[in-house]
Amino acid sequence: MPKVKVPRKSTSVDMTAMCDVAFLLLSFFILTTSFKPDEALKVTTPKSVQTKAAEMKDVVLVTMDKEGKIYFSIGDDNRDEKQKTIDIIDQQKKLGLTQAEKNAFLKSGSFVGVPFGQLKQYLGLNPDQVKNLKQAGIPVTDTLNNEMTLWMQAANSAFEGKKMTLLVKGDMDAKYPSFKGVIDAFKKNELLKFQMITDPENVPMGTELFKTNQRRGATQEPEAQ
Amino acid sequence: MAELDTSGGGHKKGPGVKKAKKQSTRVDLTPMVDLGFLLITFFIFTTTMSEPTAMRLYLPKDTDKPEEQNKAKESGALTLLLGKNNQIFYYEGILSPDGANFKNTNFKEVRDVIITKKKSTKPEDFVVVIKPGPESRFVNTVDILDEMTISEIKRYALVDIAPSELQLLAASQGGGAPAPAN
Repeated sequence: MPKVKVPRKSTSVDMTAMCDVAFLLLSFFILTTSFKPDEALKVTTPKSVQTKAAEMKDVVLVTMDKEGKIYFSIGDDNRDEKQKTIDIIDQQKKLGLTQAEKNAFLKSGSFVGVPFGQLKQYLGLNPDQVKNLKQAGIPVTDTLNNEMTLWMQAANSAFEGKKMTLLVKGDMDAKYPSFKGVIDAFKKNELLKFQMITDPENVPMGTELFKTNQRRGATQEPEAQ
Repeated sequence: MAELDTSGGGHKKGPGVKKAKKQSTRVDLTPMVDLGFLLITFFIFTTTMSEPTAMRLYLPKDTDKPEEQNKAKESGALTLLLGKNNQIFYYEGILSPDGANFKNTNFKEVRDVIITKKKSTKPEDFVVVIKPGPESRFVNTVDILDEMTISEIKRYALVDIAPSELQLLAASQGGGAPAPAN
């Protein structure tokens, strides 16, 4: 009987291919990742079936936090408009802001969440103090003293001749009266179009929108009226 | 895993000549792969794939002139009141004085209510009136506006709540257990 010789194969596998794949994926994720900027305001936005991405150009952002406090900010690319806005506020309310205080507003990522009465003091704070300060929010719920109206008016004239993107970023748990206050401020300035920032969600199966999307091949986004 | 060079020296070159050891050019890539996948996992977890989307809302112009106001046919109206704890109250047409047609639902079932009403009404008369109460949350408003998109309601309006409805809402919503959110 001849012995059947089983050839002994090496157990080591060539790792080169796997290494290639790993680093290919790695470079993909490194390139696509964008770290979330350290947000001073924590806001959990609600979900919606809207598919259109939020515009991030010429933004005037109204943020509403969990407790319904309102904050106002203008996109960092629009320094000129920021300058004009704070100038108008300064004039209208006679706050007597110094250039240094105005510069605090011009800084990137700045936002305001204090009533006009505290604005001068707030803009005089250094960044660390701003971080630790619990802001009171811009008063909106009182119909007679809706300070958002003036902010919107100032922003609106600052953006004159340009298309301003009005965004509302609200927290899920914010109560409705705050939102209504913001809407009222928009209405008073005849700003009737605005957008709410939401997180994407899938369209529920079997609904009319679902069927329409299927018919269209799910490429077109649904147009809200 | 590491491979040892086992191909020992072949032919002898004679005395005094040291044989040069043949070094394998293969490198063990296992640790490198490990590192690669570790970093991949890290970036997968930190990356945010979903871009925020925007929901558009067009507000109606406030007007006092009656001729400029859009009159909705009362029979075709469905009014949704948003209460606290994700409750929805609704009535069709006009609210009857005794509140007999004032019904209660939640975000899971409201879609059926809307669809039923939509099917039973002429399309040109159908309008949904959304009245968020003071206790409702922002997510409720967004959800109900989203329902309009989902059910393809063409005419809807976000309206302030009337005092009489507010009373009814306050009396009905109570402090019950929270209804499941959508």
